[in-house]
Amino acid sequence: MIVADRKPLKEILEMLKGYNRILVVGCKGCVSVCNVGGSKEVGILASILKIAGKKNGLNLKVDEKTLERQCDPEYVELLKDMVDDYDVILSMACGVGPQFLSERYPESRCLPAVNTTFFGGAVQHGVWSERCAGCGTCVIHFFDGMCPIARCSKSLLNGPCGGSADGKCEISKDVDCIWDMIVRKKMEQGRLDDLLKFMPAKDWTTARDGGPRKSVREELVQ
Amino acid sequence: MSELKSGSNLEKVLKAGHFAFTGECGPPKGANVEHLKEKIAPLKGMVDAVNVTDNQTAVVRMSSWAASTIMCQEGVEPNFQMVCRDRNRLAIQSDILGVYAMGIRNMLCLSGDHQRFGNHPQSKNVYDIDSMQLIALVKQMRDEGTFMNGEAIDVPPRLFIGAASNPFADPFEFRVYRLAKKIEAGADFIQTQCIYNMEKFRQFIKRAVDMGLHEKCYILAGVTPMKSVGMATYMAKQVPGMDVPDSLIQRLRGAGKGKVAEEGIQFALEQIEEFKDMEGVAGVHLMAIEWEHRVPEIAERAGVLPRPVV
Repeated sequence: MIVADRKPLKEILEMLKGYNRILVVGCKGCVSVCNVGGSKEVGILASILKIAGKKNGLNLKVDEKTLERQCDPEYVELLKDMVDDYDVILSMACGVGPQFLSERYPESRCLPAVNTTFFGGAVQHGVWSERCAGCGTCVIHFFDGMCPIARCSKSLLNGPCGGSADGKCEISKDVDCIWDMIVRKKMEQGRLDDLLKFMPAKDWTTARDGGPRKSVREELVQ
Repeated sequence: MSELKSGSNLEKVLKAGHFAFTGECGPPKGANVEHLKEKIAPLKGMVDAVNVTDNQTAVVRMSSWAASTIMCQEGVEPNFQMVCRDRNRLAIQSDILGVYAMGIRNMLCLSGDHQRFGNHPQSKNVYDIDSMQLIALVKQMRDEGTFMNGEAIDVPPRLFIGAASNPFADPFEFRVYRLAKKIEAGADFIQTQCIYNMEKFRQFIKRAVDMGLHEKCYILAGVTPMKSVGMATYMAKQVPGMDVPDSLIQRLRGAGKGKVAEEGIQFALEQIEEFKDMEGVAGVHLMAIEWEHRVPEIAERAGVLPRPVV
């Protein structure tokens, strides 16, 4: 899923300065699963904004709406009879959400309430960890299902570097060295030879380096 | 290892079978050319080549290529270091051509310390290619005369290709294979991480010899004299991939006030003496960090002077 963190309240309040009618829009997709932008979190943020408004002597109109997804025009469309009643739409979806809202409702101001962080999953309750960098050419079959592009701090394809110690990355004891895990798994399974092969330089044209990307599925295009 | 690949002094010394002795010099945190020259001066005639670090520990300094060029002008042969952290493949290749054009003949290929350690942790890193791919790239440019994309190079750079090896990083069992991979990729010589745990290094080099790696590549053992107990404990605890045994820290502590640096040098000299006779070791890489002025004394006492003229 796409993982996100809510922006600090101070930053959100700064963005909202001067707006009195606010629509907080959640998303039932990834951000709902990672407990940052679903209907529950929308409700919490709306309450916080009202309280903060009162503290500052403002009577804010803060309403809530959570869409099935904000990355799909058919659901974004459902806001069409509402948006004109608000000065600002505060999206709690990943970075895609506020952009889709802006594109559909160009007259409205659409702001992000979260920082989109990475593609990952829950490793324990309340903890998410990065797994994919979206580079556009998956190579994890070479590394027993582990991705050094996303999970090695230097994206090494011929690791591990000299900073690997006790299974941890040189940048922090909180970061696992993915190369340590790759090597150990290969050794345990008797396939160390795989790692003796030189991995050539990656072609980054399919990654963000090749420019903004688009995926076209001809059979679906009408 | 038949004919010369680069014609560098370091290559000639190693090829002639001499025990090599290389040094290190960090460029200044500024454009202070005089300061750089002061650091270079004591190394002249004491070592076969001097590594010029490339924004080491991710701290901004004068560029390694510029400092290497100044070193050439001062009559000392540089070993130009390049890290993959700060350049993409365009910049890497153009810098390789640039340093060769300026007379540089040795190059050490490194991934580089992550910028999170340094003084600009907010920066974006590059890592377009890794150190292994950098080694292969320099070899391709030199031996095939082509860029990474296959286009021909008008006057290919003929560089003596170096790489690093850290026998003390984890997983230990894999380290010798990664060394083998670097040699296979094109490394002509290897400089190891600073060695303090001699027993572990003996095991490492024995495995390298058993695999015949010392016959395909020159391996230089890394030595950094400890200047203080604080330096030793810092390296032991704070530098990932560094193995400083407690026994060494105790030995330095036992030396008493004002005598720790001498004890550190003494340990380094004992190491160098052992490396001279150690099968698989072709020389020593002395990384006297901010201690360039002590290199002549260390070289003298280590019995590696005069340096061979080849």
